[in-house]
Amino acid sequence: MGEQKKKSSGFFKKVVKYRTLLLMLLPSALMVFVFSYLPMCGLVMAFERFNYSDGIFGSPWVGLENFKFFFASGKALSVTRNTALYNLAFIGINTVLEILFAIVLSEMAGKWLKKLTQSIIFMPYFISWVVVGSIAYSLLSYETGSLNGILESMGIDAINFYGEAGWWPFIIIAFSAWKGVGYGVVVYLASILGVDGAMHEAAAIDGANIFQRIRYITLPSITPTVITMTLLALGKIFRGNLDLFYQLVGQNGMLFDKTDVIDTYVFRMTIAATDVGQTVAIGFYQSVLCFITIIIANWIVKKKDENYSLF
Amino acid sequence: MRGKMMRRHRMSGDVVLFKSVGYSFLFLFAVVCLIPFLIVIGSSLTSEASIIKYGYSIWPREFSLSSYETIFKSPVTIFRAYGVTILVTTVGTCASVFINTMTGYVLQRKDFVWRNKISFYFFFTTLFSGGLMPWYILCVQYLHLKDNILAMILPGVVSVWNILLVKGFMSGLPFEITESAKMDGAGDFTIFVKLVWPLSKPVIATIGLFTALMYWNDWYNSMLFINGEKLYSLQYQLYKLVNDAQMLKKVAAESGMVVDTVPIESTKMALTVVVTGPIILLYPLVQRYFVKGLTLGAVKG
Repeated sequence: MGEQKKKSSGFFKKVVKYRTLLLMLLPSALMVFVFSYLPMCGLVMAFERFNYSDGIFGSPWVGLENFKFFFASGKALSVTRNTALYNLAFIGINTVLEILFAIVLSEMAGKWLKKLTQSIIFMPYFISWVVVGSIAYSLLSYETGSLNGILESMGIDAINFYGEAGWWPFIIIAFSAWKGVGYGVVVYLASILGVDGAMHEAAAIDGANIFQRIRYITLPSITPTVITMTLLALGKIFRGNLDLFYQLVGQNGMLFDKTDVIDTYVFRMTIAATDVGQTVAIGFYQSVLCFITIIIANWIVKKKDENYSLF
Repeated sequence: MRGKMMRRHRMSGDVVLFKSVGYSFLFLFAVVCLIPFLIVIGSSLTSEASIIKYGYSIWPREFSLSSYETIFKSPVTIFRAYGVTILVTTVGTCASVFINTMTGYVLQRKDFVWRNKISFYFFFTTLFSGGLMPWYILCVQYLHLKDNILAMILPGVVSVWNILLVKGFMSGLPFEITESAKMDGAGDFTIFVKLVWPLSKPVIATIGLFTALMYWNDWYNSMLFINGEKLYSLQYQLYKLVNDAQMLKKVAAESGMVVDTVPIESTKMALTVVVTGPIILLYPLVQRYFVKGLTLGAVKG
């Protein structure tokens, strides 16, 4: 009893002592509580047949029915697979291009040319996905798209891209690379330039050719960054990029088979607000998947190199 | 430095091979990055008839400013959207940078006993979330953010990644600054504002730019929460207009109307130019800080 009293008075003493610091934390702590922790309470809706009149904690309990429905419809498998496969493709293709271009840029002699090239490939990163959607339309539209214009001028029939799902994996992967590679190049370029130039000079004097220098000096120097970035990306493999998919595909149902990811599916269901319980259940399912993968990814990073782990 | 070294020697075979292949790939990619921008600009300057006949292209076959005339004949819509986005971006970025740097400062204070526990309180939200629907219901039913400009500001204010970036940067500053100021009787908040802020300009510029870009490019919160046209953000306005124009064209074509009177296709591209313009103009400046900021983040790991 006495000990507990002492402990709690110690707690209050600390609160008084750190009152300014605690006050400084208050705005962000409050906002995180409201916008991140409160919605977690809403996860109970995943087990209910939710209706607005009974509210979050009063709606009838249905157990796992919402989950069962999602899995039985076959939608669960298809959106989960799409999400994971697209992310794997993004990770693979973007990483290879980023490393390749970062190495070429680092070996480029002309300063002016180097800056210009880097600026151009970094530019798409800054524009909004809405603009990207509009750009995609300018290229792919059946009647007026410039790609179809080129095809027609070569005597090939125009392709109705917005009506044929089969093209979309390529289109989406291309736009992901187009928008994202410039950013990755900057990250890798920074770690390449961190290498001491004297190492390259010494290697050159010893007769190493440019490929040997890249193989034995440049690549090892960026390996930790590559591993960390890739594992972090793998940790987010079940989180689809809503911006990308929604702005390129939108509500075009003809393409969903090949382009629907968990995030777009949940987003459309949220806007339509037809089945709240089921929408919450799918979100819950995704959160759990993400949680497990990030824990695993972090565990692997930690095993390899403590310094690069997230937590 | 490496460049100088190479110029001294004659280029050997391996260098020639590397450069010809590597440069070709890189330049090809750069051209691919650039072309879509040029198509949008070119098409916005092309007459509607020419677009309908030949499609969008980089070089205007028939030069015309009618698309820009269409937009600026009644510029209220686009200017209002600009106003909303400038307001949201300014208020949001200032609030976000202030709150996140303050949080980062407190969480790296070595003498603050609860710093690890509270850091985890923030960090946990990046690992697990309640999902979109509960968040949406909370914002609409309980916080009444529907059709409220705060709906576009509040959700983006706290960024755990930015807090971590700030925390990493500030823990690199000498702790003696805080310590000696405390001895002189300065309060924690004063130390943060008067001493730590001026030393943290690089990280402030970095998270400021990230945050401003996020607010500027946001369409998502507008789409979820804003019904009234008056509060549309710039990006959402573009989204709406591009899609409405599509609808308009469909309706016009179905009823056998002559679509040529409204230059729908070129106007879509002109709208894209008008919306993208400022970012591209600020780009050289912004890019420099971004590269610095990214390097900052990379060093921290």
